[in-house]
Amino acid sequence: MNSLIIAALLLVLLGLAYQTGWARGGALATATGTKVHSRPQYHASYVAVWTLVPALIVLLLWAVFGGGITLNFIREQIPADVLAGLDANGLNALVARIHALASGYGVVGEIQPYEAAAGNALRSFQFITFLGVVAAAAVAGLGAMLYARSRITARHRARNAVERVIGFVLFACSAIAILTTAGIVASLLTEAIKFFTFINPLDFFFGTVWAPNNAATGGDYGKYGLLPLLMGTLMITVIAMCVAVPVGLMAAIYLSQYAPRQLRAVAKPIIEILAGIPTIVFGFFALVTVGPFLRDIGAAVGLNINATSALTAGVVMGIMIIPFVSSLSDDILNQVPRTLRDGAYGLGATQSETIRSVLLPAALPGIVGAFLLAVSRAVGETMIVVLAAGNSPVLRGSIFEPVATITVSIVNQLTGDTDFAGPQSLVGFALGLTLFVITLGLNIFALYIVRRFREQYE
Amino acid sequence: MDTLTGNTRVTQSPDVTSTPVELSKRTTRLTARDVTVHYGSKQALHGISIDIPDRAVTSFIGPSGCGKSTFLRCINRMNDTIEGAKVGGTIKLDGEDIYDPSLDVVELRARIGMVFQKPNPFPKSIYDNVAYGPRIHGLARSRAEMDEIVHSSLRKAGLWQEVKDRLAEPGTGLSGGQQQRLCIARAIAVSPEVILMDEPCSALDPIATAIIEELIDELRENYTIVIVTHSMQQAARVSQKTAFFHLGNLVEEGNTSDIFTNPRNKQTQDYITGRIG
Repeated sequence: MNSLIIAALLLVLLGLAYQTGWARGGALATATGTKVHSRPQYHASYVAVWTLVPALIVLLLWAVFGGGITLNFIREQIPADVLAGLDANGLNALVARIHALASGYGVVGEIQPYEAAAGNALRSFQFITFLGVVAAAAVAGLGAMLYARSRITARHRARNAVERVIGFVLFACSAIAILTTAGIVASLLTEAIKFFTFINPLDFFFGTVWAPNNAATGGDYGKYGLLPLLMGTLMITVIAMCVAVPVGLMAAIYLSQYAPRQLRAVAKPIIEILAGIPTIVFGFFALVTVGPFLRDIGAAVGLNINATSALTAGVVMGIMIIPFVSSLSDDILNQVPRTLRDGAYGLGATQSETIRSVLLPAALPGIVGAFLLAVSRAVGETMIVVLAAGNSPVLRGSIFEPVATITVSIVNQLTGDTDFAGPQSLVGFALGLTLFVITLGLNIFALYIVRRFREQYE
Repeated sequence: MDTLTGNTRVTQSPDVTSTPVELSKRTTRLTARDVTVHYGSKQALHGISIDIPDRAVTSFIGPSGCGKSTFLRCINRMNDTIEGAKVGGTIKLDGEDIYDPSLDVVELRARIGMVFQKPNPFPKSIYDNVAYGPRIHGLARSRAEMDEIVHSSLRKAGLWQEVKDRLAEPGTGLSGGQQQRLCIARAIAVSPEVILMDEPCSALDPIATAIIEELIDELRENYTIVIVTHSMQQAARVSQKTAFFHLGNLVEEGNTSDIFTNPRNKQTQDYITGRIG
């Protein structure tokens, strides 16, 4: 309700300001006869920005400081003797009860008279402050609107001012993206450092046993060796790339060089649909179809292949990233200038000779970049592994046995009852940081290679 | 200063007066009869018939889009690589139909080399660029033989002096004119009988153009050369036979001296005097 009223207020201010600016700008254009610097819509946008920003600042100030002011008000409503007898948790609980009473929700237990009184007082306080804030925002907006309107003259450069505002908005949006990344990295880092106060980093990075133990249920913290998980991740990634790279690359070569146009028009979108299938669906597919299939094949040739194994997860993950590899490689192959191909054909090279000896070398850096981007996808993939890899964090060399990966272990450690005071949950952040560093490294390497490729034809 | 002597020598056009006699003695290397090309439903060439003389330079001139490059690409079947292109009529190389289904296109293209409008060296070393053709056709049995082919091709293309100390450097690092001569060396390396050149100088400056023109003049001692050009001066300078194309038709063909001094067709006259095109 309140947010609706605020939204309505802002919209009304916006409309009013825009209309005012438009009318003023338009009047100038017809009245003065001299050349007006900016068209009416720029004057309108100028006034609108001038109106909205002060109103938003007022609302923002309340959003930041309103909570503290309200809390102070509530504390004043609580009798001093009650207040004195409360610790921090008790005070929080009481404040929550008073909030619940004020908003009309019921509370558990008997309502003390002072609680009811405080609830009523809080309700009227909230009503009055809300009205006050809305009024202050409206006044600030309207005042700024009048000021902005007074500044509009024939030579006023509203157009340039709007340009600066647009520049600032664009800057703010990119800043959000960058700050979010920085914030995530910072939170990963601080939590991971907390984890390393429990577990020696050497034991984490070079430990060969993964056996976390919930200290709350007694016993020690257990062992947090990264290597079994890293091994599982690498195994599955390598198997996935062994499936995806040849198939994806050859599909790309076929589609870009051999396929008739009509076939390409149909086949490319179909391959890209594969990229649109949710990974959890690939997970079912691995668990229900591919795993048993591989087990039966293994039985037929005398191999003992577990239905949930690194092989199953890797093969299905490879299938999942085929479209990724093929569509990137396809684009890169199409970027190789046609004149190069003509040059090879003109010398009497066959199609496959041309592709092998001219097209692929020319496109190689870009294709390697595509592979590396695909690898970082495979490293970070979770759902297929949760379902199909068997979740067995034991250091083994065989791809036919169940494994666990970094991503799956994060899921295991952070689901269910979590207590962020002990290493059994904090290890999730250390694992996340490791994963982040791996994929970041791969992405930087991929971008470096892709950039080198781009310069080759300039 | 090779370039300057080359320039003066080419601009003299020494052969214009002597060619009629010489040309009539030449045997015919390529014969085209009633060649048509369709790109999808659009007809690009209407019944082209022409004889290309052996060891002489034949130039195709005409305004943009007249079909001269299209016809050139028929001669080594490069149009096969364009989707939707259909070629009709017959083209014979030494009496053998090059569109015969039993003919090996790959082998044909080794006999009829091609130099393109834009220099297109492979992103490989200078040596590997020239060695590319001999390698895929298995022309050299030893390293020494391959060296010999590469060196002599670079010499014939007039590039040897400039690149002999940096054969391992990438071909893409050369200047435009050098790249184009590298492409000519690459074409020569497979010992073709015919060399097709599709506006080989259009991306080059006048000095590089003069060097290439001089080279073409030397190469006609040993090769049958067909050149497409939009520069009439170039056609007059380097070719002994000229064919004028307009709107997909072969309007007029004959000795270069006749075409430029005494055209029979009004369209040809309009084009060479600059009224159309």
